[in-house]
Amino acid sequence: MAQTVFLNAQIIDPETKNVAPGGLLVERGVIAGRLPADAPAPNGAHVVDCAGKYLAPGIVDIGVQVCEPGERHKESYRSAGLAAAAGGVTTMVTRPDTLPAIDSPETLEFVTRRAKETAQVNVVPMAALTKGREGREMTEIGFLMDAGAIAFTDCDRVITDTKVFSRALTYARSLGALVIAHPQDPGLSKGSAATSGKFASLRGLPAVSPMAERMALDRDIALIEMTGAKYHADQITCARALPPLARAKANGLDITAGTSIHHLTLNALDVADYRTFFKLRPPLRDEEDRLAIVQAVADGLIDVVCSMHSPQDEESKRLPFEEAASGAVGLETLLPAAMRLVHAGLVDLPTLWRAMSFNPAKRLGLASGRISPGAPADLVVFDANAPFVLDRSTLSSKSRNTPFDGARMQGKVLQTYVNGACVYARD
Amino acid sequence: MTFAHRHLLGIEQLSATDITTLLDLADSYVDLNRQSHKHSDALAGLTQINMFFENSTRTQASFEIAGKRLGADVMNMAMQASSIKKGETLIDTAMTLNAMHPDLLVVRHPQSGAVDLLAQKVNCAVLNAGDGRHEHPTQALLDALTIRRAKGRLHRLSVAICGDIAHSRVARSNIMLLGKMENRIRLIGPPTLMPAGIAEFGVEVFDDMTQGLQDVDVVMMLRLQKERMDGGFIPSEREYYHRYGLDADKLAHARPDAIVMHPGPMNRGVEIDGTLADDINRSVIQDQVEMGVAVRMAAMDLLARNRSAAA
Repeated sequence: MAQTVFLNAQIIDPETKNVAPGGLLVERGVIAGRLPADAPAPNGAHVVDCAGKYLAPGIVDIGVQVCEPGERHKESYRSAGLAAAAGGVTTMVTRPDTLPAIDSPETLEFVTRRAKETAQVNVVPMAALTKGREGREMTEIGFLMDAGAIAFTDCDRVITDTKVFSRALTYARSLGALVIAHPQDPGLSKGSAATSGKFASLRGLPAVSPMAERMALDRDIALIEMTGAKYHADQITCARALPPLARAKANGLDITAGTSIHHLTLNALDVADYRTFFKLRPPLRDEEDRLAIVQAVADGLIDVVCSMHSPQDEESKRLPFEEAASGAVGLETLLPAAMRLVHAGLVDLPTLWRAMSFNPAKRLGLASGRISPGAPADLVVFDANAPFVLDRSTLSSKSRNTPFDGARMQGKVLQTYVNGACVYARD
Repeated sequence: MTFAHRHLLGIEQLSATDITTLLDLADSYVDLNRQSHKHSDALAGLTQINMFFENSTRTQASFEIAGKRLGADVMNMAMQASSIKKGETLIDTAMTLNAMHPDLLVVRHPQSGAVDLLAQKVNCAVLNAGDGRHEHPTQALLDALTIRRAKGRLHRLSVAICGDIAHSRVARSNIMLLGKMENRIRLIGPPTLMPAGIAEFGVEVFDDMTQGLQDVDVVMMLRLQKERMDGGFIPSEREYYHRYGLDADKLAHARPDAIVMHPGPMNRGVEIDGTLADDINRSVIQDQVEMGVAVRMAAMDLLARNRSAAA
């Protein structure tokens, strides 16, 4: 029973870096095997005709903020789940920067229950590395792992006390826990709202040099070398941070790095006349940095591309630029925005899917992100070329702070499957 | 005379022709202001609201006098003491005032871009009286009028702007205006007070005062914005005065007929020597204040004409 066949698809296999026509057999929510493109459907199976469109593993998005507990009016597990499904994101790896922070097994159990009850995609929670994300005392990393925490992060707060951070890294290593950090020197970046340079000076915005990112990454690399911890940098956004990252990898440290789709597709000039939907943390960079980061994704130096989904309500954004909240929603726009890189010829589809699906799943020890037998049938069917103009009022998120409002995009999600069940189908 | 703008938000949006139009009209208001009967009815029946979210004495007084001389009904709102303290957002405040049908809204705000944001939400003409470290267009225009009257022209002059460039909206507006009018601009100050990427603005940058002042026609001093410093930009006031304060010795490197300007209020003995500031042969600081009223009359007059033409 419960067989589904996907026929007539272009299958993206990020594991083998291959795109080929074919079909896929799914049994009981698990991928059972590949089929020839023109294979006959088995009797009684549910048939999905992909009509020549792409079929790929669903996106595994590291760093999604769902505002439960505390600010459910900005985003709930239900609304985030809908947005994820519509965006081809089959696994949301959620952030602990809620109110209060997810820093105890009890709060973690609360969000796990909420997610199970209301979200239609997989939710894998991360927990805070220090209590209250205050950078002073480590959380109960062991208990939190038992409760299902997949990684530990204080999100955009940097642990300034290197003694606290090194002990947390050492303790995390003993449990094999992944620590995710936000490399941004807190002193240099204090009070900044933009990347320093001609544009920030013209607009009179307090700004930070991208060197703040390099400095913090250098510090973290030294601490990983010292402690042997398993480390992931959440967002690498500037060219200057790439050589130390490459060296750390070459030296065999257990380090990976991500970047956000916004830093891959937008630059500092997009802020234009103080458009607060373009206010991000770290701030958008110059075009040279953007291109260097795109190249690093193409080369595989940067392992992960994520949406860094950060819902903010209108009130938090309708303020003077310096006062306005940082962050943008991205679950639903990640795939079409990423297709810009493909259409521009900068990144090929299998490489992109390694960064959006295979690598994040592998880094977190999840079975998804692959299209081979035994992997969960978390799948997305999409049309890479379908053009549209994004209207933010159509987004499923409760918050609609997208920088892509009114943008011309290409790439539409047609269907999304989680464990073999259809959770989204474009009508 | 055409001036196709709804608001005066910055120099960035103005063309050289716009600037000349505005200064020409301001010249006529200088004449009016020097008569014993200083009144016109250009803004009769119109309502002008001055919203200052940041303390100001001279700019607010200048806008108030300018409005009153043109016959507008002028109201001052001290925003620091008002509802903004009760948690009302800038946009709500703007919408509330907008419902009272003002014609001209003069706004100063401590954050860059706040006046642009407010202008998007109201129906009346908005004049930027200074937003954060972004722009202060009427200051640049009054400086331009002062220079034009003192030097007889507003092009091909060598102008030095000295001091705290990083935190100065006056510097930004002046760099833009003087650049559009095709002057040579030199910026002088300690590197800690120089914004990043400033060399790309088509200016020359100096950290040595005597080199920077060499043969300039105009010396513009900036106020050392002590209240903006969160610490550590300069070692001390006295070292700053020694290296960057304008005195007769440093001024001797400029052209013999160079004029000295300051937007006020001055810190005597910090960025400028008191005697020099009062020297009527060199300092045009009092002229700047006088030109301020005329320039603001001209700006409000032009914006009001556009409103009545559109109505």
